[in-house]
Amino acid sequence: MKLLTCPMNGTRPLSEFVFGGEYRQAPDQDTCTDAQWAAFVHNRSGAPGDKKEWWYHSPSGTWFIAERNTLTDKVTSTYLLGQKDTTQEAGK
Amino acid sequence: MIFRTPKQVGEWVNRTKKINFTFEGEEFSAFEGDTISSALWAAGQKVLGRSFKYHRARGVLSLANHDVNVLVTDGIDTNIRADVVEVKQGMVLTAVNTSGGVKKDKNSYIDSISPLLPVGFYYKAFHTPRRLFPFWESVIRKAAGLGIVNFDYPRILKRKTHSHCDVLVVGAGPTGLTAACTAAEAGLEVTIVDENRQLGGSLGYNRAGDSSVVTELDSLMSKVASLPNIKVMTGAYAAGYYPDHLIPIVSEAGINKVRAKSVIVASGAFEQPPVFRYNDLPGVMLGSAAQRLLYRYAVKPFNNGIVVTANDYGYRVALDLFQAGTKIVALVDMRPTGSTAYAAALAKRGVKVYTGHCVYEAIASSDKSGVRGAIICAYDEKQSIALTDTKFTLECDGIAMSAGWAPAGALLYQAGTGMQFDYGVEQFVPSRLPNGMFAAGKVNGIFELEQRLRDGVRAANDVIRHLGGQAPQNDVEKHVGISPSHAYPMVPHPKGKNFVDFDEDIQIKDFVNAAKEGFDNIELMKRFTTVGMGPSQGKHSNMNAIRILARIRGLPVEKIGTTTSRPFFHPTPIGHLGGRGFHSHRLTSLHDWHQANGAVFTDIGAWKRAAYYPAAGQSKEDAIQTEALAVRKTAGIIDGSSFGKIEIHGPDAALFLERFFTGVYTDQKVGSCRYVMLLDETGVVVDDGIASRLADDLFYLSIGTSNAAAVYREMQRSQQMWQLNIGLVNVTGAFGAINIAGPAAREILSTLTDLDLSYESFPMSSVRESHVAGVETRMIRVAFVADNGYELHAPMGQIPHLWNALIEAGKKHALRPFGSDTQRLLRLEMGHAMPGVDTDGLTNPFEIGADWAIKMDKPYFIGQRSLTILAKRPLRKQLVPFVLAENYKGEMPMDCNLVVDGRDILGRVTSISYSKYLDRCIGFAYVTPARKEVGSVFQIRADSGALVAATVVKSPFIKTLKGA
Repeated sequence: MKLLTCPMNGTRPLSEFVFGGEYRQAPDQDTCTDAQWAAFVHNRSGAPGDKKEWWYHSPSGTWFIAERNTLTDKVTSTYLLGQKDTTQEAGK
Repeated sequence: MIFRTPKQVGEWVNRTKKINFTFEGEEFSAFEGDTISSALWAAGQKVLGRSFKYHRARGVLSLANHDVNVLVTDGIDTNIRADVVEVKQGMVLTAVNTSGGVKKDKNSYIDSISPLLPVGFYYKAFHTPRRLFPFWESVIRKAAGLGIVNFDYPRILKRKTHSHCDVLVVGAGPTGLTAACTAAEAGLEVTIVDENRQLGGSLGYNRAGDSSVVTELDSLMSKVASLPNIKVMTGAYAAGYYPDHLIPIVSEAGINKVRAKSVIVASGAFEQPPVFRYNDLPGVMLGSAAQRLLYRYAVKPFNNGIVVTANDYGYRVALDLFQAGTKIVALVDMRPTGSTAYAAALAKRGVKVYTGHCVYEAIASSDKSGVRGAIICAYDEKQSIALTDTKFTLECDGIAMSAGWAPAGALLYQAGTGMQFDYGVEQFVPSRLPNGMFAAGKVNGIFELEQRLRDGVRAANDVIRHLGGQAPQNDVEKHVGISPSHAYPMVPHPKGKNFVDFDEDIQIKDFVNAAKEGFDNIELMKRFTTVGMGPSQGKHSNMNAIRILARIRGLPVEKIGTTTSRPFFHPTPIGHLGGRGFHSHRLTSLHDWHQANGAVFTDIGAWKRAAYYPAAGQSKEDAIQTEALAVRKTAGIIDGSSFGKIEIHGPDAALFLERFFTGVYTDQKVGSCRYVMLLDETGVVVDDGIASRLADDLFYLSIGTSNAAAVYREMQRSQQMWQLNIGLVNVTGAFGAINIAGPAAREILSTLTDLDLSYESFPMSSVRESHVAGVETRMIRVAFVADNGYELHAPMGQIPHLWNALIEAGKKHALRPFGSDTQRLLRLEMGHAMPGVDTDGLTNPFEIGADWAIKMDKPYFIGQRSLTILAKRPLRKQLVPFVLAENYKGEMPMDCNLVVDGRDILGRVTSISYSKYLDRCIGFAYVTPARKEVGSVFQIRADSGALVAATVVKSPFIKTLKGA
């Protein structure tokens, strides 16, 4: 079983986590076109590569961002939204 | 014990303890420490089992946990591997795959009709005519499989244990032991695992007649024992590789899940047989099997033996046999040049060596229970054919065979290691190892003992550096000189029976036929021929299969590749995997009461809920209608403790709700309740519920049972993004809830509280905090199941007291408990559509007529932007309440039946039920907007295909149909 590092609780087994989908910045809903909005809510890039993802540590209720390469399944860093600590790499 | 030798240095048997057991009804004796096979072999019993397909007699092949033709049963366990399982006093054993005993197996006739059963026979022969298939299936099922499952098998729970280490070393041969010691001396926590009972691997038996190597093993073992940070697990195998170095170690005691920071795979290699006619007879065994028999169990493999070899290893085996007193009739070397390293040693002992020769076929003894000789031919190594005009016969009672090795690389493959074929060793070796994985020794293509010891040190140093320590980088040079494996140790024979796979009785010609049929890819060939699909999973057959396929296709071996390696590495008893069910479910504090009162339970989300309470002999339908009638006529009470309950605290609480839900909450009065509806960003309805404002800065949210955890999770995510000044508390488990509803509800409740329950001071959609039966309670007036309803929320522990008080007070009003199934009917009568039941993953609020719940003029709420787009579009479907004809007695449509117009699908039924109170079939269905008006008639296609007319009516049904 994979291990994932919660920024609040440390490295825990994957069974404690819930995947929350890719993290994507929504366009400004007041200024974007209908087509831009529809693309945001409906279209996902399935191409493998480096992704920012939402993950939820279920026992503690912590949502955080994991940067993961979906091709190699390698997580390079995890952090609370908006609090990326570039000095540290998560996990290994 | 006629084949027992004098004491061998380092033997595993304890000669002071004699053991008696029976095999196939015959009595045998053994020493403590013998395996079943070694004890039988020592006694001269050579037929130990029968092969799977042709029921051929089989004996010792590997003595390394791969002798799958020698599976025995003690009546309890089905497939005991006799080659490695220790014999115990009083065991009563029989071979599993025989009809009438291992010696006179009645099914051995199959061997003689084997030409009629070519590979793929089953796939082709039995599928037409179809009506005969059930007959053939029963015949095949009887023939297939090994052993008889014991249905009285005792239920033995094996605990799963967990452990952690810095480095896990898989394999305790010389390489693994050296690696473990080096890592431990550097201060790492080391776990070393080996499937054998004792440490040492090949160092214990690969002696070339010189037992001084045992000293080396002894010193390694005492070093291991002296290092307290080495944990040794013997009699246990690393069963698979899972991400981030999680490796289940399986032993008789159960599974230990080891989480390692790094892994050294020093698992060695499986010896591979050369392929010649009758290479499966009892008495024909792998060279390493002969060595194991001899040095572990002090059993002489045979008296007059031939060693056939295609590498130098066979010479070492011959020296070992010679030292034990076996007469070596000849050493037959398939290579034209023979061995420069060992030829002299054999010559000195007077052993005749035939280089450039092969065993063309082994000759069976008259009763086919063993070997009486071998036909030897010159061998053309270039063309891989026996030159039969040179053939001559040698007499012998056994053949030891060595041809090469296949890496025990299952864990490496599973971890995603890139492997490449190394022609220097004629073997796949790791070329690109995943992070934290290391390989050493034979599995790494290193064969010379001295090199292996250095490779163990090298791997340990790599690990130390990987974990951040300091260690030298000391690369070990690649194998030089003669390859330990032969490129193509096959001897074709026109009559076949030259076995490649002993599990499944597959011969060379089967591969040729499979390729002719077009199955010439290794994965396809595996499935068509079943090579490698037996219990040993190809450990002694896959490599030869790859070589044969490469030859058939005229491709280099690396272009053929290997089949996929998956966990588990070795068959693991189901009992090890099974365990207690951890399907956690939540019980309300009233669970015992429900049980005592005959409730039938249903699973909703994680909760067990009372669905209805049937009286003795009462049907489900009757029980539900009776309970529903009580709510309509007098009063009913339901345990709603499983409802999701969330508190939103803080100055921004109302703002949070306005962003999260579709409604407006900033102007909501303290003491009032409002409907909440949750959408996702695409505008699809997710859930709904009630928000009660208990204070300016406190909302109490109650939502449906099944979605509560997910809704709370989304609230947390939204808060993580929005960073409002609020706190979220999930009080689902802290608070219980009771809903009392019906015309008499208010009167019953009034006897238990001082609160003024008049409709003026406690109107619909309001919340009060008061005491009920002495319990501090949040009372919410809702109309979910009936117009007169009160939800009473109180601490979970006090719910039973409150419930009992209400039941007591309700006695004279015929108050009745009702369950969640009844609640479904009641809310339908009330005309409430339920998210998740009457909506699906595409339903927007306009389609269920919930426009009123949406306040588009807010700055933001989840789904708002999508709704502005949806609002511009014409509706495609609409949820409508409908009734069937009065006194309708035909086939009852079901949830999900389609609404049709001729061949067109207009929609579907989402809820439908008969209501006894209304004496009508009522429901919700999606229809096209053209038919949404009251009075429109549409057709529902019932399960049988019958069309049932339904009419759109106004909701709520109880008002429309009863005027209530």
